[in-house]
Amino acid sequence: MNLLPGTNPPSNWAEFLEGLWQRNPVFVMVLGMCPTMAITTSAINAISMGLATTFVLAASCWMISLLRHVIPKEVRIATYIVIIATFVTVVDYGIQVISLSLYEALGAYIKLIVANCLVLGRAEAHAARNPPFASVVNATGMGLGFTLGLFMIGGVRELIGMGSLFGISLFGPHYQPWVVMILPPGGFFVMGLWLMVFALVRARRDHGLAAQTQGA
Amino acid sequence: MHESIGQILITTILSGNFVLAMFLGMCPFMGVTHSVKVAFPLGLATTFVIFMASVCAYLLNLVLIPLHMEYLELISYITVIAAAVQLVEMYVKKQSPELFRALGIYLPLITTNCAVLGVALFQTARDYNFLQSLTFAMGGGVGFTLALTLLASVRERVRFSRVPNAMMGTALTLMLAGILSLAFMGFAGLGGGE
Repeated sequence: MNLLPGTNPPSNWAEFLEGLWQRNPVFVMVLGMCPTMAITTSAINAISMGLATTFVLAASCWMISLLRHVIPKEVRIATYIVIIATFVTVVDYGIQVISLSLYEALGAYIKLIVANCLVLGRAEAHAARNPPFASVVNATGMGLGFTLGLFMIGGVRELIGMGSLFGISLFGPHYQPWVVMILPPGGFFVMGLWLMVFALVRARRDHGLAAQTQGA
Repeated sequence: MHESIGQILITTILSGNFVLAMFLGMCPFMGVTHSVKVAFPLGLATTFVIFMASVCAYLLNLVLIPLHMEYLELISYITVIAAAVQLVEMYVKKQSPELFRALGIYLPLITTNCAVLGVALFQTARDYNFLQSLTFAMGGGVGFTLALTLLASVRERVRFSRVPNAMMGTALTLMLAGILSLAFMGFAGLGGGE
């Protein structure tokens, strides 16, 4: 990553990594569930949605951070919402220009980025208190973490539900697709299973740490 | 779109349930469903806001579309919704302070509830007339309340069950929601399908 001179490199890197993994918006903070479930029926939809959200997140956090001394405290939420809605409108029209088929696949969920708790949450918790550069870095990390989470859910759902990844068939013609995975219940199940896997990994790691300290 | 009122109502409550089939309003669905006592009133409050949002969005469309200002749609909807939520918040605070405390942060968060904005967006996308919009909003709100109450009841029942450690918390709630969603898929086709 390109760091600006005069900034403290480790802290920026930490800001970036925080959202990408340690406090992943999908699996750790469990924010922005509506798009997480609704559009993760295929890997490509998941990634496009993630990138669209990343753009909105970074742009609105930058704007809010610039205006953080100007916005009166009483009407800050309303102001944030209007700023976010502006950038979502930009993305909405942008995707229409880039790919009409993608626009139809994502449907109203692009506009619903406005109501994504992740964006408002970052605006309130980070952008309103930090200088523009730091909040853009943090927002980008969070956005990419969101994209990663969506891809992990969308990839599994597409793999099991259609036997393909990015539209390329993987298991040959004899694979019987497990259709329920690309239907609504599949979203809940895959997300639940991922959370379970992470809980198992964490339990095992903590167990290992405990054993180590006991041995020493 | 030539859906009858009855069709819309049945679809939005059962086969096309806002939460379980369209994934709108997931945050309160995960957040406040630990007890029926809290889930049900929040469902009602959200129903009211959804209803107001639907009416406001319809009226806003009457202004925006003739002026060719559809690009302002999103900004105007969300502003109106934020105002409506503020009204509800003031009303609940005055009428029932204990409920206000129980709902906590989730009451102002109705603003960022996808279900509310979703109603406004979907009714516009599907070109519903005024009566259809009202029915859509009503059915959506009832469906939302139903899903919230059902999940809360299930969660109350499994509270003291023995579940594997790794499944505790959100993972368990998601699994329960998945099973509930699977059950609601059984209604598919009722009301003439999509």
